[in-house]
Formats: sequence, C-alpha cells, structure tokens
Amino acid sequence: MSAIVSVQNLRKAYAGGFEALKSVDLDIEEGEILALLGPNGAGKTTLISTICGITVPTSGTITVGGHDTQKAFRAARALIGLVPQEINLEPFETVMNTVRFSRGLFGKPRNDAYLEDILKQLSLYDKKDNKVMTLSGGMKRRVLIAKALSHEPRVLFLDEPTAGVDVELRKDMWEVVANLKASGVTIILTTHYIEEAEAIADRVGVINKGEILLVQDKADLMSQMGRKQLKIELSAAIAAIPDALADYDLTRADDGLSLLYHYDTKGERTGITTLLANLQKAGLQMKDLQTQQSSLEDIFVGLVKETA
Amino acid sequence: MSLNAIWTIYVFEMRRFFRTITQSFISPVLSTALYFVVFGAAIGSRIDEVEGVSYGAFIVPGLIMLSVMTQATTNASFGIYFPKFIGTIYELLSAPISFLEVVAGYVGAAATKALFIGVVILVTSFFFVDIQIAHPLAMMAFLVLTCVSFALLGFIIGIWAGNFEQLQLIPLLVITPLVFLGGSFYSITMLPPVWQTITLFNPVVYLISGFRWSFFGQADVGIGASLFAIALFTAICLAVIWWIFRTGWRIRQ
Repeated sequence: MSAIVSVQNLRKAYAGGFEALKSVDLDIEEGEILALLGPNGAGKTTLISTICGITVPTSGTITVGGHDTQKAFRAARALIGLVPQEINLEPFETVMNTVRFSRGLFGKPRNDAYLEDILKQLSLYDKKDNKVMTLSGGMKRRVLIAKALSHEPRVLFLDEPTAGVDVELRKDMWEVVANLKASGVTIILTTHYIEEAEAIADRVGVINKGEILLVQDKADLMSQMGRKQLKIELSAAIAAIPDALADYDLTRADDGLSLLYHYDTKGERTGITTLLANLQKAGLQMKDLQTQQSSLEDIFVGLVKETA
Repeated sequence: MSLNAIWTIYVFEMRRFFRTITQSFISPVLSTALYFVVFGAAIGSRIDEVEGVSYGAFIVPGLIMLSVMTQATTNASFGIYFPKFIGTIYELLSAPISFLEVVAGYVGAAATKALFIGVVILVTSFFFVDIQIAHPLAMMAFLVLTCVSFALLGFIIGIWAGNFEQLQLIPLLVITPLVFLGGSFYSITMLPPVWQTITLFNPVVYLISGFRWSFFGQADVGIGASLFAIALFTAICLAVIWWIFRTGWRIRQ
C-alpha cells in the first residue's frame, strides 16, 4: 500500500500566536479508514482544514495523490471530498441542485445519473426535490456527504460525522462509511467517540494539543497497549493481602472479597499460573475468575493524560 | 481556469435571483414609475428643458445609473457574504478552483442581475417619456462596464463585511449620496461655481455624465474623462481583489 495523503512537518500557527499544529507528520494509506481521535481543541479540524485547503499551513508540506496542496492545489483538491463538522448548507436550494453545485464546482461535467445513485445509497433519493431547509438534521448530514461524494473523490474527510447524531443514525453512518471503503475510497474521520474508532477504523491516530501522539493499526494498538485485568473472587473475605503474595502487586477490594491483578498480554510471562498456585499455597479459596481487556478508551485517556 | 466551476457558481447565483423574480422585477419598475411621477411630472413640469432635453428624459440615465450601481453592489456583496454567513464558503475554499473563478462567478451573476434591472428601467421609461438614444452601442458598453465595476466593488464589500449591518453600510452611506450628488437629477452646470468644482471630485459624476452622453450626445464632462474614470475605478477594484486573492484576507486563515 502507498500513502495517498502525506503530511510532513506541518505546523499551523494562527495570527494570535496560538499554535494549533506543531510539526505533524502523517501518512494515510490508500483504501484505509483512519480515525483521528482527540479531545476538543486538539487540532483535528485544523489538520483536516489545512489538508483540504481551507487554512494555509504556516510551514511544512502536504501531498495528496502525489500533488503538493500548495503548488498543485487544483490536482490535489480534485481528489478530496470534505464533510465539515457543522451543517453548512444553502437552505433555500433543493437537495439535487445543491449536490449538482458541488460537482460543478469541482469542474466535473453534469452527471445526474451518478448523483442520483449517490442519493439512493444515502437514502436521500425521495428527498431530492425537497428544499434543504425542510430536512431533518440527520438528513442534512447525509446531504453534506452526498455533496462531498458528488465529484468522485478518492479521499474523503469526515469531520465528526456523528457528532450530535442519535445512536441509530450513527450505526447507519458507519454502514455508509463501510460501503464507501468497499468502493475504494480512502476515509479519514475525526471523532471523539472512541467506540466509533473502535467500530470502523483500520488505524487509529491520537492527536492532542497539536501533536500526533501515535498512529497505529487498531488491533495492534489494542493488543500492544491493552493490559488485561484478572479479578479473583474469594469464598471468604480477607483482611489483608497475605505476605506470600506481596510480590504480585495485587489490589484488595474494600470488602476483602476479591483481588485484582494487572498483567500485560504481550509480556513473556503473564505470571497467572504461579499466582494461582501461590494463592492456593496461601490458603485462599477462589470462587470465580474474571478477565477484562482495557478498551481503546482506556488507552486514549491514558495517552491524553500523559501529555496534559 | 475551470469554466465549468464559473458557470456553476453563475447559474447557482442566478437561480437565487429568479426565485425572487417578482420582487426583483416589480421593485425597480415601481420605483422608476415613482421617480417619473415625482420628478418628471410634478417637478419637471416647472422645469422646461435641461441642455435642450426635456427634464423627464434628462433624468432617465441618472435613474438607471442609480439603480444599477446600488443593485450591482448589493447583489455582489450579498452573494459572497451569504456563503460566509451560513458557512458554505468551505466548499469554495476546498474546491480545485482559484479566487479568479469565484470572482468571475459571483461578479458575473451580480452584474447580470443589475444589467437586467437597468434594461427594465430603460424599457419602463419609454412608457413615460420620449427618449432617443444617440449612441446605443456606447450606452450598452457604459451600462455593462458600470454593472461589472460596481459588482466588483460589491464583492470587496461582501468579503470585508463581518455582519449584515456592514453589508448595508457602503451602499447606504457612500453610493446613494454620491449618486444623488453626482448629477443624476440635474446638470452640474445648474450648480453655483464653487459646488461645480467640488462636484468634480465625485467619481460618480463622470459615470453618469458619460452615460448621459450616450443618450443625448452631450454631457457635463468630456466623454474621454468619463471613460478614464470608469477604467480607473474598475482597475482599483481589480487591484484590491487581486490583493485579497494574494493574502486570503478575511477568507483563508
């Protein structure tokens, strides 16, 4: 796979001196779904806006499909579709006209059959002659996606596509994204819903305070950084952890009825076997065992806390 | 340059105009009729002739200029301000087009609307007064140039404006007074000598005078001066737009 979007040394400082992006490097592979996670104000939207040409980089280079977004902006931008975070639509126009406008703006010849196909995929076809202002919020968001897809982009940026959207519509949106990926479109989405990244992304990037903290394969990330927790439920409460188990860094629950043991799944030895043997030696009776894997959310919160 | 993109913006803007066609059409016709009743019939009956032309006919070029200048300015300023206001400007900024396409689309549409209204007023005036157009080609050229140059000015205002109040400010406080004081309803030779000199600093005088020349073959100032004035005005607007384009002022952060 090759990088379709390549960001190097990107820095963006606003007139007031605020540094929204500090030396960002990011390669986005063709055909993948990359989720950019970050708290509010992390620089997600600035990063997307700079790649798409809405804001001008202070320094650094960005290429899209090998075209520099500054020197060859026409070729670069022609490949990009952008779905903004805010629902920005001309209220008095019909759905079809506003989608046609987007296609024309990108210099593409009129092709209503293609546009109707997009509207069908987004369940908007029966609304095509309705004025935008008569649509519901979820429908309007789909119109934004239809507009972004109208000129057949190879890369689609979705800035917080499911912010403020109800659960059902969010699932629909995920399906739309999955279908787009299947059609070969590279997708970059920003979100602060961790479950969203967990559900649909191939790779996850974490951004905070204008810096990319990591970009990693989602599964790798979760198994590499994922720590597991073993909960040992005891038949009888204990007042303190027996000395024989002092080496294990166990945590005793307040009621004394359970012990917590943290271990790394990637570690050479998890230490579980010896721990269980030693528990028996110490005379503790086990009632039940539970393991729990840390979620992307735990990883994310941990990372962001480190940079705070 | 993407002609397709220019055409797309142009058509989109013109559709806004046709959505409100009744308003766009009736309002200039009505205001022209009012001007003819008030200035032409009521006051004009007491004024014999101005520079050998009946007063009713004399005010026609000024009336057209008044509407065309305000319409071109407000249409273009609103046209580009509205996407800024509702946020759809993101699309213009992320499209593979340069500022040139954006200017051509919005200014072209605003100038067309103003031209349409100018022609409507001209046609309406035929019902009230008897006018002959001495230089029809020059008249159309002047009209089109005025539409385009004031649409350029309107575009600059639309980019500059931070709210709807600022959008109205220049047309209301600058253009309307300059047009009224620029000889739309009188010949500047009717003024005392001091005011004649002061009036010559009003750029609109040259535009109205040139336009009137194309109707009656005579004017307050020489046709050469009028042509120079409108060329200069257009050049200044283009220079400002070029500067906005280079710096991304008020558009791209």
